[in-house]
Amino acid sequence: MADRFATTLKINGQPQATTAALEDTLLTTLREGLGLTGAKRGCNQGVCGACTVLVDGRPMRSCLSLALGCADKDVVTIEGLSESRVTQALQKTFASTGAFQCGFCTPGMLVAATSLLMRNAAPSDGDVRKALSGQLCRCTGYFKIIEAVLAAAAELRSGRST
Amino acid sequence: MTAQVGRSLPQLESEAKTSGSAKYIADLTLPRMLHGAVLQSPHAHARILGYDLREALAQPGVQAIVTGDDVQDAHRMGAFIKDEHAIAKGKVRYVGEAVAAVAAETEAIARHAARLIRVDYAELPAVLTPEAALAPGAPVIHEEFSSFFKVFDTGTDGNLCSRTSFATGDIARGWAESDRIFENHFETQPQAHLSLEPCGALADVDASGAVTLWSANQSVFRVQANVCESLGLPMARLRCLTPMIGAGFGNKMEPHVQPIVVLLALKARRPVKMILTREQDFEMVRARHPFKIRVKTGVKKDGTLVAREVDVLLDGGAFADDSPGVLGYSLLMSCGPYRIPHAHCHGRLAYTNRMRFGAMRGFGVPQVNFATESQLDEIADALGMDPLDLRRKNILREGDSWFGGQPLLSNGLAECIERVRAASDWSSPRARTAPSGKRRALGMSCAGHIGGLLSTGAIVRLLEDGTVALSTGAVDIGQGSNTVLTQMCAEALKVPASSVRINSPDTDGSPYNWGTTASRITFMTGRSVLGAAGEVERKIRQQAAEIFECAAEDIELLPGGKAALKGVPGKAVSFAEVSARAHWAFGGPIVGTHSWVFDQATVDPKRAVVVGLPFPRIGIFSFNATVVEVEVDDATGKTSVLRAWSACDVGRAINPRMVEGQIEGGFVQGMGYALVEELVWDGARLANPTLMDYKIPTFVEAPAEMHPIIVESHDPVGPYGAKSVGEIGINGVASAIANAVAAATGARIRGLPLTAERVLRATLGPGA
Repeated sequence: MADRFATTLKINGQPQATTAALEDTLLTTLREGLGLTGAKRGCNQGVCGACTVLVDGRPMRSCLSLALGCADKDVVTIEGLSESRVTQALQKTFASTGAFQCGFCTPGMLVAATSLLMRNAAPSDGDVRKALSGQLCRCTGYFKIIEAVLAAAAELRSGRST
Repeated sequence: MTAQVGRSLPQLESEAKTSGSAKYIADLTLPRMLHGAVLQSPHAHARILGYDLREALAQPGVQAIVTGDDVQDAHRMGAFIKDEHAIAKGKVRYVGEAVAAVAAETEAIARHAARLIRVDYAELPAVLTPEAALAPGAPVIHEEFSSFFKVFDTGTDGNLCSRTSFATGDIARGWAESDRIFENHFETQPQAHLSLEPCGALADVDASGAVTLWSANQSVFRVQANVCESLGLPMARLRCLTPMIGAGFGNKMEPHVQPIVVLLALKARRPVKMILTREQDFEMVRARHPFKIRVKTGVKKDGTLVAREVDVLLDGGAFADDSPGVLGYSLLMSCGPYRIPHAHCHGRLAYTNRMRFGAMRGFGVPQVNFATESQLDEIADALGMDPLDLRRKNILREGDSWFGGQPLLSNGLAECIERVRAASDWSSPRARTAPSGKRRALGMSCAGHIGGLLSTGAIVRLLEDGTVALSTGAVDIGQGSNTVLTQMCAEALKVPASSVRINSPDTDGSPYNWGTTASRITFMTGRSVLGAAGEVERKIRQQAAEIFECAAEDIELLPGGKAALKGVPGKAVSFAEVSARAHWAFGGPIVGTHSWVFDQATVDPKRAVVVGLPFPRIGIFSFNATVVEVEVDDATGKTSVLRAWSACDVGRAINPRMVEGQIEGGFVQGMGYALVEELVWDGARLANPTLMDYKIPTFVEAPAEMHPIIVESHDPVGPYGAKSVGEIGINGVASAIANAVAAATGARIRGLPLTAERVLRATLGPGA
């Protein structure tokens, strides 16, 4: 089978030594090489968004990114956002509004929503829809996710003002 | 303490699901675990003459290969008709069917080796439509059909898998009494479930040969039954467990790769995990049935419905799966929630050389509802009536029974209609002001659904410290049943929900539950939870009575886990004291159990003649009224839903936010069905088995306004009055949208989906 190459990836702020084949995606390496299973494989084709992680601060499809191509980049997964104030606010409102059912799309959704709120502290309904339009959810119909993101944004803004 | 029922508690799994730590089937690993991959059939119909496994077996890292030679001919599975082997044996019957499977050290090796397996086929002519399958002289898909075990009398042979009919009243008299008769043909498309988690399984074999199996599923007990039937294993040798489930919508109720994974693990004597790719999940699992529907309805000049005839033809695909149930149920629902005294509904289900069609949210109702509710609007137009008034005139009301004579113990349909009417500001004409180049209009529909059938159970145990363990066999597939059942248990024992631990379903320890399907967990398993908690309460009161030396009738439960002497302040013992006494001194650990099989009155043989209905008993009806406002683009035909109102009579909302979530999620899934979703075949091969080519609604298409409206009719036999909500919200979405499109454009489209192309052609008129 294919040759494997040693590499060091910066994952959630920590350098992680691992090996990857040329064709291994970042998603495969995260899930199988590093045991970080928060990012999900829904389609492996860059459509569903369940594999979304932050690469150098931007939401990326880890199923379309090659692991070896991320060697000099800063990769943050849902597991690495546990201390993020923005993500924590989103986690809270996702739970209270019912913004997930099965939860399979939720890690990717939270990563994408975190990225949105870091760029735009006061998004409109339309901003949320546009920013998350690459994240599919088959359970909720999306309405409660929009509600949760807007509520988290409001909470974060009110937190800042106090 | 606040009541636990009627509260929107967050899902019990919230922390796990929002932190990324929730473990789904693909996230599980075991030491020495192998990875599986399947080889799929390239032919729609062919005899398997032999296999050459040499090259595949020679690959380094390949540990086992299984084919049809590894299963016995007599071992077949199937919910209604046992027609399916664990893996293709003797023949392949659709493109994409699993023919062989490999277990290897890595997924990449397994996939590579699978491609090196040579299968010698002799191609047979294929039948790709129900009409072709039922034509005289058609190639037969299951030559041994007559010898298959069937759970009901199908009364069929050849490629006719099953047939069902319902008759009530006197149809000839119905036509004679009708002033106007309307007859139309409708057609619906196959829809993919598309739960975001693809199907998969992980099996482990112990030293004695006993198997433990985790899988993406909607019922650990159906997994157990299917694997054991298809591999000839005793159920006592197979333990089925469930990880977190990434949704189901019907797709994970019956088997996918579980039998193959168990076969691989038994052969390799090592743990094996296999996760389907998205493409395989599309091609190999199942989808919503395409229907062809003829509806004939007789009506009085004043709009009173008098007679209805419905004739449906279903493509069942290569295996029966849940299809006979879908056929029977769709006919039971084909008069809708209306008084129609004379009805005759008939349907046929054909085997074809396509993938299995099976259970999907709505279970045949979205199809017949599209036809019958579309036609009701045509009738209203022809009679010059408002469609809402026509429906209101004919709906089943308190004291009425469902088609076939099933009693309706609670019926909130009139309120559903009134609530959506008021909220949407409904009025005729239904066209609404629109920007230039667009047209807007309202459309509506009504629907019903059931929530009760088959069997379930619950065990409630008082733990040593007075907290509570609840066991059911009900798999939470994401809809939140763990939370809802916990709320009910907590309410019954007057403890906070945090004092109740619900156990994950396990065939070794949980009471049987048929499945998380048919909108049945809240009603069916909820009743068992109340029954089991009631037994625990009686035992707690007995213990307390012995402590206080009084009668058990004089003891009551107080909020927060206490049993008290009625009317005597200060005379109370905690559940912890009671449980310690039971564990260490008197009576033994406190356990309550309850199990039941749906036992409510069903189709009344004096009211209806029924042939070929595969359910012995089915009932407990929920209701829905849906209104949508659509916008149609004149230039492109593209249709968008701007606003939606969906009122559901769910009996009682145990967790209102979760009820809203079911209504909203069902609506958008139904909107996808109505407007864009369609599995398309290129000859015998599925042409769009990817998310690039099979589109579902995104954040952008979701309506700007969605108004879920909860109507509570308090069912007298439902747990705390609850009925069901899982499917009712999807049933009337396509018809409401089609009715709105017709109101906006004047074009009545009788086939789904209402793609831009189809709408544009219809609005441009004949010849376009």
